[in-house]
Amino acid sequence: MPIYKLKINGQSHSVEADPDTPLLWVLRDHLNMVGTKFGCGIGQCGACTVHVDGSATRSCLLVMSVVENMEITTIEGLSDDASHPVQQAWKEIDVPQCGYCQSGQIMSAAAFLIQNKNPNREEIRDAMSGNICRCASYNRIEKAVEVAADKMS
Amino acid sequence: MKTNLPLSFNRRSFIKTSTLAGGGMLIGFNLFQACKPEVAPPIDISQLNFNDFNAFIKIADNGMVTIFSPNPEIGQGVKTAMPMLIAEELDVSWDKVHVVQGALDTKNFTRQVAGGSQSLRHGWEPLRQTGATARQMLINAAAVIWKVDPKECKTANGVITNSNGDMLGYGEVVKEAAALEVPENITLKEPKDFKIIGQDISNVDIDKIITGKPLYGMDYKEEGMAYASVLRPPAFGKKLIDFDDTAAKAITGVYDIIKFGDKIAVLAKDTWTAMKAKKALKANWEIDSKLESTEDHDRILTDLLNGEAFETLREDGDVKKAFIEADEVIERIYESPFLPHNCMEPMNFFADVTPEKVRLVGPIQTPAGTARRVADLLERAPEDVSVEMTRMGGGFGRRLYGDFALEVAEISKIAQKPVKLVYSREDDMTAGVYRPSIKYKIGVSIKDRKITGYHLKEASVNSNMYGLIPNFFPAGAIENYQVDVASYQSNISTGAWRAPYTNFLSFAEQSFFDELAEILEIDKIQLRLDLLQKVKGTTDDRIEYSPERLENVIKVAVDKSGWGSKNEGVFQGFSAYYCHNTHVAEVADVVLENEIPVVKKITCVVDCGIVVNPLGAKNQIEGGVIDGVGHAMYGNFSFNNGTPQDQNFNSYRLIRINETPIVETHFIESDIAPTGLGEPTLPPAGAAVANAIKAAKGIRVYKQPFIENMNNKAP
Repeated sequence: MPIYKLKINGQSHSVEADPDTPLLWVLRDHLNMVGTKFGCGIGQCGACTVHVDGSATRSCLLVMSVVENMEITTIEGLSDDASHPVQQAWKEIDVPQCGYCQSGQIMSAAAFLIQNKNPNREEIRDAMSGNICRCASYNRIEKAVEVAADKMS
Repeated sequence: MKTNLPLSFNRRSFIKTSTLAGGGMLIGFNLFQACKPEVAPPIDISQLNFNDFNAFIKIADNGMVTIFSPNPEIGQGVKTAMPMLIAEELDVSWDKVHVVQGALDTKNFTRQVAGGSQSLRHGWEPLRQTGATARQMLINAAAVIWKVDPKECKTANGVITNSNGDMLGYGEVVKEAAALEVPENITLKEPKDFKIIGQDISNVDIDKIITGKPLYGMDYKEEGMAYASVLRPPAFGKKLIDFDDTAAKAITGVYDIIKFGDKIAVLAKDTWTAMKAKKALKANWEIDSKLESTEDHDRILTDLLNGEAFETLREDGDVKKAFIEADEVIERIYESPFLPHNCMEPMNFFADVTPEKVRLVGPIQTPAGTARRVADLLERAPEDVSVEMTRMGGGFGRRLYGDFALEVAEISKIAQKPVKLVYSREDDMTAGVYRPSIKYKIGVSIKDRKITGYHLKEASVNSNMYGLIPNFFPAGAIENYQVDVASYQSNISTGAWRAPYTNFLSFAEQSFFDELAEILEIDKIQLRLDLLQKVKGTTDDRIEYSPERLENVIKVAVDKSGWGSKNEGVFQGFSAYYCHNTHVAEVADVVLENEIPVVKKITCVVDCGIVVNPLGAKNQIEGGVIDGVGHAMYGNFSFNNGTPQDQNFNSYRLIRINETPIVETHFIESDIAPTGLGEPTLPPAGAAVANAIKAAKGIRVYKQPFIENMNNKAP
């Protein structure tokens, strides 16, 4: 079985895995980084969102054979101490209900706000539409992205 | 109206105390049944167990308060709101309170508090009594030290004072307090004196959630465990003949392939390998019983509605006579599909079955019942089985059913090792316990322009409505009133789905009254208010709702939503409903974009008694409303020859943020004990939207999902 060298949250990891293993399961089962969640496995729900070279990416579709040498950031590496403006906004607005989808939501929002520093509501809704929240905390997600944008500007 | 509040509460038998070896005081308490006389809380904090107590409060000698609770958290906020009740009466500031989920070595949750809309309602009295009793013990200890009458002592923010100006922190008297008798006849605070109840308090797990810490069943792992993925029959009504696992076994990292019943489990070193190897299994299936399709259900339910095979759940007056004597009879039929729960966290569970014990860990709403079923399945003594709960990535009713826990227990027993079972999304959606497909026929008789009779008929797959629901509105408002149910037994598993029994009934009923007002040319709000007048002062103690409280939410919703005074292009729909002990009215604002109705806003007025945590409560309300709108608009789940036609989110549509209305919440101020919030805002949402679509497009929707039925005429 091949060994892959991964750069995750600024640290190097060597992982032995089949080439078709998605990053999601390497993070969760091999590296014990369980903040990245499994929701659908087909890139439809966004629960597994991580940053790959700065872009929000569905880790359930990203297999080992292509991920080597890319800069990967997970929810665990977004900040050392929950101080990222998006995390702070999520706390301030008290977004989560069950909370399961929220690390994916936070990762999507954090990548989006780098691309668009001053988004309007429609742009926020559009950018976050790839992430399902079954508890439907959507009003608060929208508000928290606005608050995070203010914090980042 | 019934109040259903817990009966008298004897503190002594519910509360026990001990002095902790490491300093501080430990209070063990039970919510719904007395402690056994011989039990005492441990003196070592690492030895907490929840066999003899529901929960514990530790007051450390530095004054910090820790509440240890094994309560399940599905996302409805009880893990935050219930400790608030204790802290309120204990009179400590919330920043001195720490909430810890039940310890990891919990053995038996036979007294586990159920989740859902009833938790706060049932905990309201006993949790406050517990906090107040602890506070009184601390006061009594200080009074002994000061040699004063306890009545001269006061508390605020964890500090006791007396009229001489002396001052002691709670932590300074815990040792003495723990040795005192548990006092009786404690007086609770008046609502006007609440300092914590009614304040916005953040979710107690917020820091862990936003940093991705392990919390959920899916995150649980133990040394030496195998990951399991299970292949189940591809259709309801099929069973396993045989299978070839050559290809699956050839995959590196596969430990074992286990047949159990009509299912095959793949055990592997990680989740991905288990899921991949499951796809490599080649199984042959045969028909075991009937293979059902949505068209069959449609026909069967229609035949049931038109037939005579009904059970009558409530009968007032003589509906038959009223219908015969009517000037006019108006009847409408409403139809709904099956719905899967689709919790974001797919079903999963851990089991370690050994000759000594059976240990289960995972997300479950019914730990006690599941432990019993596992004990029966494995033919083990009940005391051998323990269930430990994790935080749940959504429930919506699905985690009431412990089928996944039974599966993993059986697999672990055969494999003789600890096993973590993980459902793929496809497994989760196709091995569901679905909200059944339902049809309603509502008929009213009209005589001299008055409603003289109301006849509700339900036809459902398996079963749906039960005895309490027929006592909801409009029971008591119409002289001749009858509710009948009929069902068809299917081999497709069905069960509770958020706001069980009423999630679709509310749509039918509140759409019907809207249309009735149009036909009778009566104001839509006035029609509802006139009916409620007839229920006031009722002596029928079966009536579940309060006409006064329902009337009030209706009036406030009219006011807050700007009902009838909206700008051109904004169309409104009204709905009001009572369920889960809570009264709700909702107004939907819909606009047309390219002739397609878009829900822009829902004004939601809620009477849930005292609002314990407005921040958490609003989250529940917003979620319930949007969930109701989303499933009414898009939710559709069909079967073809026993096989679910949707298996994942590429074809099954859940509402997304760009389709979401803004929810504006208004609470009715109240001094009445709190009632449910996890569910009751969902049922009225569908009718509010349907009634707004009628206003916008002139088309009345009788069938969910609306997105596929917005052009249908009356059936």
